[in-house]
Amino acid sequence: MAELHGESPLAARTETLADSSVPGALQLSEVAFTAQVALRVDPKSPAAERIGTAVGTMLPNQPGQVARTEQLQILWMGPDEWLLVGPEGSAERIQATLTEALGEEHGSVVDVSGNRTIVEVTGPKSRELLAKGCALDLHRRSFASDQCAQTLLARAGVVLLCRDTERPSFWIFVRASFARYLADWLADAAAEYRV
Amino acid sequence: MMLIPCPWCGPRNETEFHYGGQADVSYPAEPQQLSDADWARFLFYRANPKGIFTERWNHQAGCRRWFTIRRDTTTNEIFQDDSHEAVTR
Amino acid sequence: MTGEYRLAEGGRINRDRPVRFRFDGHDYEGFDGDTLASALLSNGVHQVGTSIRYGRPRGIASAGPEEPNALVQIEEPFPEPMLTATTVELRDGLVASSLPGQGRLATEPDPARYDAINAHCDVLIVGAGPTGLAAALSAARSGARVIIADADTEFGGSLLGSGEALDHAPAGRWIDRVTAELRDTPDVTVLPHTTVFGRYDDNYLVAVEHRGEDAFTRQRTWHIRAREVVLATGSHERPLVFPGNDRPGTMLATSARTYVHRYGVLPGRRAVVFTTNDSAYAAAIDLHDAGVEIAAVVDVRPVATTLWTARCVERGIQILTSCAVTGTSGTDRVSGAQISPVPSADSAPTVPSELDCDLLLVSGGWNPAVHLHSQARGTVRYSEEIGALVPDSTPRGVRSVGAAAGSFTTGECLRTGSEAGRDAAREAGFGADTAEVPGAPSGPVTPPQPTWLLPGVPAESGDEQFVDLARDATVADVRKAVGAGMSSVEHIKRFTTIGTAHDQGKTSGLLSSGVIAELLGVEVAQVGATTFRPPYAPVAFAALAGRDRGDLYDPVRVTAMHDWHLTQDCPFENVGQWKRPWYYPQPGEDMDSAVLRECHAVRTGVGMQDVSTLGKIDVQGPDAAEFLDLVYTNKMSTLKVGRIRYGLMCHADGMVFDDGTVMRTGEHRYLISTTSGGAAGVLEWLEDWLQTEWPHLQVHLTSVTEHWATIALAGPRSREVLARVTSDIDLDNDAFPFMSWTDGTVAGKAARVCRISFSGELAFEINVPWWHGREVWEALYQAGSDQDITPYGTETMHVLRAEKGFPIVGQDTDGTVTPHDLGMSWAVSKKKDDFLGMRSFSRADTVRSDRKHLVGLLPPADSAVVPEGTQLVELAELPEPPVPMLGHITSSYRSAALDRPFALALVKSGRDRIGQTIYGHVGDRLVPVEITEPVFYDKEGNRRDG
Repeated sequence: MAELHGESPLAARTETLADSSVPGALQLSEVAFTAQVALRVDPKSPAAERIGTAVGTMLPNQPGQVARTEQLQILWMGPDEWLLVGPEGSAERIQATLTEALGEEHGSVVDVSGNRTIVEVTGPKSRELLAKGCALDLHRRSFASDQCAQTLLARAGVVLLCRDTERPSFWIFVRASFARYLADWLADAAAEYRV
Repeated sequence: MMLIPCPWCGPRNETEFHYGGQADVSYPAEPQQLSDADWARFLFYRANPKGIFTERWNHQAGCRRWFTIRRDTTTNEIFQDDSHEAVTR
Repeated sequence: MTGEYRLAEGGRINRDRPVRFRFDGHDYEGFDGDTLASALLSNGVHQVGTSIRYGRPRGIASAGPEEPNALVQIEEPFPEPMLTATTVELRDGLVASSLPGQGRLATEPDPARYDAINAHCDVLIVGAGPTGLAAALSAARSGARVIIADADTEFGGSLLGSGEALDHAPAGRWIDRVTAELRDTPDVTVLPHTTVFGRYDDNYLVAVEHRGEDAFTRQRTWHIRAREVVLATGSHERPLVFPGNDRPGTMLATSARTYVHRYGVLPGRRAVVFTTNDSAYAAAIDLHDAGVEIAAVVDVRPVATTLWTARCVERGIQILTSCAVTGTSGTDRVSGAQISPVPSADSAPTVPSELDCDLLLVSGGWNPAVHLHSQARGTVRYSEEIGALVPDSTPRGVRSVGAAAGSFTTGECLRTGSEAGRDAAREAGFGADTAEVPGAPSGPVTPPQPTWLLPGVPAESGDEQFVDLARDATVADVRKAVGAGMSSVEHIKRFTTIGTAHDQGKTSGLLSSGVIAELLGVEVAQVGATTFRPPYAPVAFAALAGRDRGDLYDPVRVTAMHDWHLTQDCPFENVGQWKRPWYYPQPGEDMDSAVLRECHAVRTGVGMQDVSTLGKIDVQGPDAAEFLDLVYTNKMSTLKVGRIRYGLMCHADGMVFDDGTVMRTGEHRYLISTTSGGAAGVLEWLEDWLQTEWPHLQVHLTSVTEHWATIALAGPRSREVLARVTSDIDLDNDAFPFMSWTDGTVAGKAARVCRISFSGELAFEINVPWWHGREVWEALYQAGSDQDITPYGTETMHVLRAEKGFPIVGQDTDGTVTPHDLGMSWAVSKKKDDFLGMRSFSRADTVRSDRKHLVGLLPPADSAVVPEGTQLVELAELPEPPVPMLGHITSSYRSAALDRPFALALVKSGRDRIGQTIYGHVGDRLVPVEITEPVFYDKEGNRRDG
């Protein structure tokens, strides 16, 4: 649906990411144009409960927790803050659902789809690659499937999402303006695996 | 590299945080009623103890929450308050 | 072509792989597995350069990182200064030269790659000698995540150089078996050739791994967060102070033993061994058995240990007890040692006054390597028993063990190491037990006799008794410091420079404490030692930089339209981390002419600028209006939905720190903009007030900076151009007035369009989601092509806004400027009870009449642009200093519209001086400038509606 969305932040780095991939070790690619909606609401409020019902899962209440529905991933971003990630083109629908469930109660729903793009990193070398720039403990026992963390990767702020522990797979949410820097950094850090 | 306990995200490297200085320096209720000296005291005067210091941090690269910890300025040992409410508000 | 000092067999070198190298212009051969030092010694080369202060010949004194002398400059494969020959791995084609202290940096960029990695573990073991290996085995078997690192190229530590047997078999077998098990254990990371050089807060340890000259990454910096740390860092042998103790051929006794066992090299043919403790006897025996003639073992102690005496007698080695070496002979190499009885001894044996030798081995005892322990804020104490500093208090999560804790027998090291590994793993939450350790031979030990200044040696010889070989600092220097009244070891260190060289006093540190103690007549414990700071061993800056260099040095932030800018070959200006087009030169244009052209286009036609970098924050909640009233100086609650207002933010001290526009997008919703560089800081600042001072306010903030790509379309023709790409927005001035916004479609994309102007001209700001940015930009560019639509950069934007007197926060302000100073009192509400900064506007300092005001300046019309930063003075001729300064120029340009240079400046009482002429100090000239209102162009504001 490129005509719907024009140019993704890493369109100019598609080849860089592809070239940095090493079969059997590492796969890098952009996941572009996901719908991303920022939600702020008091987790103890009736509105939060209504939102849970409306989206089909309770908002995760543990730091770093991710809830999933068929369509959505809901990332814990703060004690009253979540990032809802859905398929391309669903931002309007997600906002409408949230706004309706929120009703008159205090909260905020903001379309931030353009704010960040996503780099997907999969393969056995993923953790080592990320460890070159991320100080979090990414060990399978410490950072497992459906966990997320806001942290630094190299010199960029990112949201890191573990998609799969056993066959390591991560999503790196990065600000659009930082995306090329991060892609270049990842390519540099992955260069040794191609040798 | 201190490991600072974010009350929400858990211990993280100090590079993820931004320092907020002395805690409990409240914005005066009625600034316009204060003398110049008292207002200056609020603006410019901060403690700088050798030893335990109650100070604020912002988890800038993480959940963006402000919180308070007590830190020994001679050893960097951190003593964390208990409840989320106590540290974030 | 084996070196003549190479033994026929033995050592851990690979004799099938000879290596050719060049040193100080001579070609030599060594073996794979050699260090540069061992290879030089195998060729009979002892001297490596001369000393830094006195130019005295100096030789290889050790076999490890404690080396004070043998500094070399690597020439090939790549220039690298100040490495110690004892730690440089030999490789084919190596070219090196000796170095008297200072090196030469490469003039070309290093082609090698360096990087970094983060690691976490339950137990970090520093050192892989007998202690560290035993500890690692216990910890690893518990399932804990273990990292074991050792600075040496291979594991084994002291066992590599001692030829010891474990369980009656060569120690190498045990080392290999343990290392293999560790490598095969999941979650165990084995890091040879990795120096842990610093311990920082909360068990954050940093190490540099030497991965090899041919590795993809030459060096890797490890940032390790460890729950528990076992310091099995071993100990350093200490030299002795006596006249002529610096002559080449003088070497630490155990290092000589290492050269024999590990490298198969004889460091000499005939040796005198001078010692204060038992360890040198093992060296004497081993060297004898390898073929070195031992002229004598000279022991300051009155009685030698029976076991060692027996072994010496077996071999016909004479032992001279209660004796000391009190002088040496030789020029470039020691040729003899003078032996004297220690005067206090009751009966000195008859001895020859001089013994011929080409090797003088010394051992003054052993210093536990307490560096990391000390960096962990562990205290040390002086142990009379071993005559060295040992760990005293135990810092949380850090335990020293083995020789690092003062245990010097292999058996003790193995046992305590194994226990330390178990204890560390248990502390980290694992059910660990001690791993079995092999048996090591042991025997009774006679206590060492710590010796600092030799009794009976005349004070005059003090300038030949070297305490710090690397710094050429002598007993005479210490005597001078003490004579000058210094008693603190820290002062004396700085006065004499002892311990400040590349080796950071590994051999000289405690030695100087001992000498100081004797000169002051106090106990060594009273003198103490200087602070141990990271790094433990020198680290290359390249390793610390890692991949944070070149294009990756700092993030480069780009907008959605960046690639379009690239097609125009425009230079970029760095604004924070952003790259913003500076100006768009046409062929043959320089910056000045490009900017004049761009300015002219915006004033007379239409221009477009990428302004996506402005920070954007969505503000939502029932108390949003109240909140914004508190953080902006002007009133935002009265703003109507659909309208926009400019706002200033001040810190509580009343000083401007950011500015931008506030759009009311709903009853309870605003979108505010910040400066490009200030976005993150403003958000954090706002969150601070919301979370900590006004938690009762129901407001949420969300950064949407990159969600939007923003295009400024400015100039009298902008409406015309925009009209061509939008059909659903009524662009008429009445329907869409200045400082309002509307949603609509631009170039087929959903857009939010604002009537904001930063140039004074009719202007629009078009916001579209990031991924449409370039498309809409190109559509506008296309739509304006017949109007010569002109893309303009930050320089033109600066000129245009300066012509209108609009300040740039951070350029025309510097954190000491209030809105009133800027002449923007109109943006400060008088109707609000409070807002941040309000109270400060009535402080004595902010109501001073001589504050600096932002004013305009006009230099002579035909003069050049007066540089920004120029200081302003009162008179046409400079008075005697100090010259009173009136202020400085903050912005200065040439105006296309005015056809002359102009400037903005902060000038004392500036607004009261309008019309006066003051002077700018440019180079050695004083340029007259007339003070004016800061608005130079369209003072009435007639142009904004087109």
